[in-house]
Amino acid sequence: MSGSSVLYDVPGPRARARNLILGVLAGAGLLGLLWYVYRSLDDANQFSAAMWDPFLYKNVQERILTGLLDTLRAFATAAVLSLVFGALLAAGRLSDHKPVRAVCTAVVQFFRAMPLLIMIFALYQSLFTTAPFWGLVIGLTLYNGSVQAEIIRSGINAVPRGQGEAGYALGLRKSQVMGTVLVPQAVRSMLPAIIGQLVVTLKDTSLGLIITFPELLYVGKWIASNSSTPDGYPYIPVTIVIGSIYIILCLLLTALAKWIEGRSRRGANRRTSAAA
Amino acid sequence: MGRLFENGNLALFRDGFLQTVEISALSALFALLLGTLLAAFRVSPVPVLRVFGTVWVNLFRNTPLTVLFFAVTFGLPRLGVHFASTTLAVIALSAYTASFVCEVLRAGINTVPVGQAEAARSLGMTFGQTLTQVVLPQAGRTVLGPMSSVFIALPRNSAIAGAFSVSELYHFQQTMTDLGYGIFLIFFWVALAYLFLSACVALFFRFLETRLAVAR
Repeated sequence: MSGSSVLYDVPGPRARARNLILGVLAGAGLLGLLWYVYRSLDDANQFSAAMWDPFLYKNVQERILTGLLDTLRAFATAAVLSLVFGALLAAGRLSDHKPVRAVCTAVVQFFRAMPLLIMIFALYQSLFTTAPFWGLVIGLTLYNGSVQAEIIRSGINAVPRGQGEAGYALGLRKSQVMGTVLVPQAVRSMLPAIIGQLVVTLKDTSLGLIITFPELLYVGKWIASNSSTPDGYPYIPVTIVIGSIYIILCLLLTALAKWIEGRSRRGANRRTSAAA
Repeated sequence: MGRLFENGNLALFRDGFLQTVEISALSALFALLLGTLLAAFRVSPVPVLRVFGTVWVNLFRNTPLTVLFFAVTFGLPRLGVHFASTTLAVIALSAYTASFVCEVLRAGINTVPVGQAEAARSLGMTFGQTLTQVVLPQAGRTVLGPMSSVFIALPRNSAIAGAFSVSELYHFQQTMTDLGYGIFLIFFWVALAYLFLSACVALFFRFLETRLAVAR
């Protein structure tokens, strides 16, 4: 039964034959689809050398590199700030004082329901007209910080109640119970979810395109619209290159989350769902 | 507060709101169908389909939505595919959201007790029957919570469409800003509209949860 699913029986000879036929048919269909995509790309001259030539220029390569660095800079700043903001909000939501709790809950609910783009645009237009970097980073911080706050709060709430009670019974103060008992245990279970949200943060830095912050996608658009080739503007090659860079970055972060999850698979282990 | 809605701006606001609702609803429908299909692929006994599902999910979950919008807006016309910008937005949003729906459903399929699928199999049900008649109905109910956050995120994500020439709420915000109205006033109304939308989706899912909840 090794590696078999509970959803279907271990295939016998007939089922194996049927699965094989289905597999071959589906494979042929998918290959046909891939071939069709390849043909239409090729027919539109998207694979001609001229289309990909811009990437050979040193100038373009340097632009991509600076774009990548700017993306990473925005991501790193937003990641740190959102974790700090999230920790503060989570502490506020777990506070014993009702007004603090109410304010923090309102802040979290509001920023979680707001489209990031609307916020970034408003910040950019009102406070950061000359510094799109900070418009982007503050917007990312407000949104992702609120999400991180919920992750941290639910992580702390998920620690068995007896742990906190034992801390109080020993005469620890609330800050001590939090800092020495609850948070260290909660961190392990919430790290995958936190990193999952960091992936979202990384992806959302691409909104910088819209407020003219020169991150990776903005650079991509600049390259595509500024390098005229005999076959037209290289929008598709640029999308392929920039898209792959984003996918690789996100997969690296996800792999880190998986690695941490695997390492911490001791004791209670909960499922975490992906954020959209 | 009333100054914003002079000279037919209210009509613009209404049109933007309806456009947001339209692309969100259409994308939700397609994402749900496609996501369910992908989830079925990912647990199916045919390896080729499993690989296809995995590749799709990893590809679209890790691509920023802005890049997807960029790809459909600037890429497809160069292949001779010309759609209205709303259609392009629905394509990008559904392809993106479907990958999240698929992952949520797959997690749900894994939480259905093993005995259910075993019982179905011992009755002689095929994979298709087991999945559609026994496992998926139960999985769908258990994942209503995570599913609601995917669909609450959808109208929010649809704001990006406004930056790619769909005249919805973000587009309204942009237009009004260009006309010189106060940014906080515009933000207030647009924020209100989005809060209303996400509250509606949340209420809908809460209603579904009370109707469909399974005691276990």
